[in-house]
Amino acid sequence: MFNFKHEWIEKNVGLMLIATMVAISIGGLVEIAPLFFIKETVEKVDGVRPYTPLESRGRDIYVREGCYLCHSQMIRPFRDEALRYGHYSLSAESRYDHPFQWGSKRTGPDLARVGMKYSNDWHVQHLIDPKSMVPPSVMPRYPWLLTTALDYSDVAERLKALRQVGVPYSLTQGEYDRNVKDFGADVARTLHIPDAQKNLIAQAQAGNFDGDRSNVSEMDALVAYLQVLGTMVDFSKYDNDEFVKFR
Amino acid sequence: MSQQKPQTVQTTGHVWDEDLQEYNNPLPSWWLMGFYATVVMSLIYWMIYPAWPVGKHFTTGFGTVTYVNDKGVEKSPHWSTRAQLMKDMNEAEKLQKPYFDKVAATSFEQISKDPELTSFVNSAGKAIFSDNCAPCHQSGGQGKVGYFPNLADDDWLYGGSHDKIQETIAKGRNGYMPAFKEVLSSEQLDNLAHYVASLSGEKADAARVRAGDALFHGDAAACYYCHDNSGKGRQVIGSANLTDKIWLWADVPAQDSAEDKVAAIRQVIANGLNRGVMPAWETRLKPEQIKLLTAYVHALGGGAK
Ligand code: HEC
Ligand code: HEC
Ligand code: HEC
Repeated sequence: MFNFKHEWIEKNVGLMLIATMVAISIGGLVEIAPLFFIKETVEKVDGVRPYTPLESRGRDIYVREGCYLCHSQMIRPFRDEALRYGHYSLSAESRYDHPFQWGSKRTGPDLARVGMKYSNDWHVQHLIDPKSMVPPSVMPRYPWLLTTALDYSDVAERLKALRQVGVPYSLTQGEYDRNVKDFGADVARTLHIPDAQKNLIAQAQAGNFDGDRSNVSEMDALVAYLQVLGTMVDFSKYDNDEFVKFR
Repeated sequence: MSQQKPQTVQTTGHVWDEDLQEYNNPLPSWWLMGFYATVVMSLIYWMIYPAWPVGKHFTTGFGTVTYVNDKGVEKSPHWSTRAQLMKDMNEAEKLQKPYFDKVAATSFEQISKDPELTSFVNSAGKAIFSDNCAPCHQSGGQGKVGYFPNLADDDWLYGGSHDKIQETIAKGRNGYMPAFKEVLSSEQLDNLAHYVASLSGEKADAARVRAGDALFHGDAAACYYCHDNSGKGRQVIGSANLTDKIWLWADVPAQDSAEDKVAAIRQVIANGLNRGVMPAWETRLKPEQIKLLTAYVHALGGGAK
């Protein structure tokens, strides 16, 4: 008869490694895999769209500077968070985030709904020197963002990469038409990869995020990104318990 | 080892390096009972709370949460953090409701006379102010020259009555003044700066003040159109009162010499203003929170009638 001996595993590093991985992955498979099949995971909600080329580059800078090390973008469904930050974050709101910026460290406040809370001018001054706006702040200074021109030469390639993982940026006329249907013509235009550079410059000019229209700085991109965070869903259109049914 | 344990305990049976063995002690029974208890607990937990995925759905458990939504409809769905939040908010609202109802039903004048309401406005107002307003207007509402107006003084760009303050907070403001460096000559800008300095009693060149006066009230520069003939500004558009010693954009008080004071004013006239963006809060805060803030801001310094 088959006579199992613990000793086999203890004396065989290869077997031990495989057995350990199997044991650990059970937890992941049971907890994570079903979420891809449960239909309520991503809520049905209007307004969520992929980032424009400028916002997307701003997000890259957010990641590059490690803002996520001090800031989460995930308002949890708790009373104190609802009172301070507003409506809890929906999965649908980060459906086009690759990777998402939920984070797990809050040295500073959550940023999931910081969009339109402050003026562009405030963000610019705050990023250059946080203490000048909030005297007790421990956030570092990021003065180079204003003086560094944004490198947007490869923005089309970046959007193509995101398209590869399922973000609906359009390359063909067919994809563009589908976006017009899904997001409306105004948004669809900003998602068209062949026009990415043109759209990026146009948004920076029109928005004038860093207060200087003569060039596109990294500050333009980052502030454009911060100002759109959490603003895509209009919660006033829904009952305040609309999203309970998705959990 | 000198003190060998008597061989009553079993060993695992392995032998390493000739004589190295491992005891196989049974687990203490209190520990084992605890372990079985957690297993039983998990069974109970799975029955009460959402737990196991099944196909495209999951077991929702027997536990329910009862709450009332903003349409006044009572619901009792299965337990979830989102439903629990609704219930927690219901409870908090119930506790605060008597106060908010009273604030909503009471006129601003009455609020300031009622000590209980005043202390509610001060504590709740301070919390909302710290989260939303202090990053710009600073924690005491003292503002920051060059960026954000002082709310703790009795000088108001848009008016200091309760109604005006409430309108400012709900709808936001964005003061705009065109840049004059392309329309006016350098000489004219100098003259205007001297005139504006003289309005609030700063030292200025008398000849330039006269020339500036004419420009201010003439149609080439048309300052009077926005700042009024008196130079005291018009609160509908938030054009600053230029006759007092309170400055928001031109940092006159910080300059030492008369020339630098005039230069600070000239710089504002030349470049214009479009940075005064006060965000609108009606989408972020509830009407009763805005009313509370209005009373709080009004009381910060000198509110006006
Ligand atoms: C060392 C930690 C740290 C890092 C890194 C950091 N921050 Fe902060 N941040 C803070 C703290 C603390 C505050 C709160 C005080 C303040 O407003 O400055 C804050 C506040 C903010 C706020 C205002 C939020 C609100 O609702 O008031 C924004 C916006 C912000 N940070 C953006 C950023 C961005 C963008 C980056 C990356 C370029 C960044 N932060 C990096 C610590 C950090
Ligand atoms: C992004 C920065 C910012 C934030 C945040 C902000 N304000 Fe303001 N606020 C301003 C600016 C700038 C002005 C002046 C607007 C102008 O110059 O046209 C202003 C003007 C005002 C005024 C009018 C002052 C006057 O003299 O008439 C009031 C009242 C006011 N804010 C209250 C608030 C309250 C209450 C909050 C919080 C809910 C708040 N503000 C949050 C920037 C801000
Ligand atoms: C279109 C209307 C408009 C016109 C015309 C105009 N102003 Fe202004 N001015 C404003 C507004 C509005 C503000 C306040 C802006 C704010 O607070 O955001 C302001 C602010 C100022 C300030 C800064 C005050 C301070 O507290 O720092 C000065 C100085 C000034 N104006 C001078 C002038 C002069 C001189 C002229 C004529 C050449 C002029 N303005 C024409 C609307 C106007």
